[in-house]
Amino acid sequence: MFRIRITKRKEPRGWSSFLVLTAAVALSLALSGLLLALGGTPPLDGLAVLFKGAYGSRFAIEDCLVKAIPIFLCSLGVAVAFRLQVWNIGAEGQFALGAVGASWVALTFPGLPSPFMLPAMIAMAVLAGGLWGMVPAILRQHFRTNEIIVTLMLNYIAILFLDYLVYGVWKDPTSFGFPMTSEFSPQAVVGRIGTTGVNWGLAHCLVLGTAVWVFIRFTRLGYELKAAGDSVRAARYAGIPYDRLVVLVMVISGALAGWAGFLEASATINRLQPTIMVGYGYTAIVVAWLARLNPLAIGVASFLLAGLRVGVENLQLDLQVPAAFGGILEGLILLTVLAGGFFNLYRFSVRRA
Amino acid sequence: MRVLRALAVVLLCLCCSTVQAAEKELNVGFIYVSPIGDAGWSYAHDQGRKGLDGMAGVKTSYVEAVAEGPDSERVMQNMARKGYDLIFATSFGYMDPMLKVAKQFPDAKFMHCSGFKMADNMGNYFGRMYQARYLSGMVAGGMTKSKTIGYVAAFPIPEVIRGINAFALGVQAVNPEATVRVVWTKTWYDPATEKEAAKSLLDVGADVIAQHQDSPGPQEAAQEKGVYSIGYNSDMSAFAPKAHLTAPVWNWAPFYKNVVEQVQKGTWKAESVWPGMETGIVDLAPFGAMVPKELQDKVMAAKADIIAGNNKIFVGPVKDQKGEIKIAEGVVAPDADLLGMTWFVQGVVGTTE
Repeated sequence: MFRIRITKRKEPRGWSSFLVLTAAVALSLALSGLLLALGGTPPLDGLAVLFKGAYGSRFAIEDCLVKAIPIFLCSLGVAVAFRLQVWNIGAEGQFALGAVGASWVALTFPGLPSPFMLPAMIAMAVLAGGLWGMVPAILRQHFRTNEIIVTLMLNYIAILFLDYLVYGVWKDPTSFGFPMTSEFSPQAVVGRIGTTGVNWGLAHCLVLGTAVWVFIRFTRLGYELKAAGDSVRAARYAGIPYDRLVVLVMVISGALAGWAGFLEASATINRLQPTIMVGYGYTAIVVAWLARLNPLAIGVASFLLAGLRVGVENLQLDLQVPAAFGGILEGLILLTVLAGGFFNLYRFSVRRA
Repeated sequence: MRVLRALAVVLLCLCCSTVQAAEKELNVGFIYVSPIGDAGWSYAHDQGRKGLDGMAGVKTSYVEAVAEGPDSERVMQNMARKGYDLIFATSFGYMDPMLKVAKQFPDAKFMHCSGFKMADNMGNYFGRMYQARYLSGMVAGGMTKSKTIGYVAAFPIPEVIRGINAFALGVQAVNPEATVRVVWTKTWYDPATEKEAAKSLLDVGADVIAQHQDSPGPQEAAQEKGVYSIGYNSDMSAFAPKAHLTAPVWNWAPFYKNVVEQVQKGTWKAESVWPGMETGIVDLAPFGAMVPKELQDKVMAAKADIIAGNNKIFVGPVKDQKGEIKIAEGVVAPDADLLGMTWFVQGVVGTTE
């Protein structure tokens, strides 16, 4: 008889973890191909159409980048919190309040000159998102509430608050009663880069992504964050102010999601309306895990996931594959990649019993 | 000789290409807000799209479950880039994105359902669903014993409010004391939420459930409780055969065929059209067996009246919830007022916020 023994690796897998990742993605694509074939679509054609729609042209790549921007910022935020083992499920609500904060500036001071307008919008968005992120952190410390539940519940409150404003006091009087604010003045709109379809939010992502990376990699606080995330008790023993770190990561997390809300309202919709909420805050969680909380990998994963969503639209249009296929493909990739993570942490050996 | 042969080949190619150009298919794209499924709003539009498939020189496709906002802009852009000649956008929130895309692609034709903005190459269309709503209200009013009718509604926008008001006026035409209680779900398509909303209405004593939703969730809730229901969009009797009294339904195929013919002939212009029951675009689904013959006859007589143009439904005196006269005695509310309706008629319980 042979027996498979599973032992924990002392050292994580090095470069070969890339092989595991590739194998995982390949497996999920193979399963998706099978699914396409069952649905009567030639699988290779299907996957080709998917990738062409996502990355096959300049327009497609631009579309992916635009869609990746809010996902990246939200995901960057939740990853900072996850690093400390603080489970922020509230990026969706922080995103909503960021959009509300930015819109408040744009609607209240429409005449503000552009050098002040955009910074003021960003400041309000970051403030609103950051404060909304701070609430669960404070509750957790003082009342030992579970941040997963509280952040999730706060999402609904934030989204309903956004609805309240847009259906009520902020409703555009010329919109025939439809829920949307008036369009922002031109100085409140983040423009596009040159002749491309991509807005300057991409540059914000680069700057913020680098800043977070530097913060985690090179600062004392960043080090404390990593140490405390690995073991809370050891961190406390070492004199790391764990509770203050929890507040800090939640504020950073909320601020980044709020920034994403600002960009979405300003650059892509040019106003506030309820349909701004399409679940980027939840997608961000998936992306953060796929990327193992690494800022650069989050960038790549956001782009790939955005591509998947854009590509699936192409698949629908050209081959009339149902929209649900996109959700299944996303789920399969997450499942195989996370399951693949097991092979990075454990070693398999076969021995004779 | 060789030169001649080459020339002949070139000529032949040219001929072929011109022949092809003349026979170029008209590509028609549809964009839907929810999955097509087996019933509901998007299903009804897709039935209309299928009605085009038999037409000579017409090819159709669609993208389903597209969020209103930036996603829809990208989907429409992608269609236009792929050379789609005529694009139908079937949800209110697609209006501004479609306007942007219409300006980028002046050669393509755009048709937006349920909005009010237009461009040289973008028209809008809708049907006078409130006429069929009124008739379904008569059925509900005739069947209720508790004199409380529940109405599960998506968003407090003019289209939905107008439908509720027409429904309530229909109820009052046969049962002056009955009230219509409204619950907002803030979603077009979410079977679980819609069903829960219907249950909350059943708990306060409603014995007929009507809906402005895309899923048959409320129908199922009514059937489980052993009371009656009024469907919407498409005949929903298959989901709740014991409860389903009737449903105001869409019949888009003749309208879509007409638009496509206009585009083929080159007579299409950007217009705002709002046809009514006389064209068949809206209708009432067949009555369930539990609706007494007497009531059926009454409703059919009212239908004939509407088709003949004798019953405009919103004819004064119509009071709002506070009892103030909103439409004066003998006045027919103009279309502009109907399209921007933000108040409930007397007898509706609920708010438009």
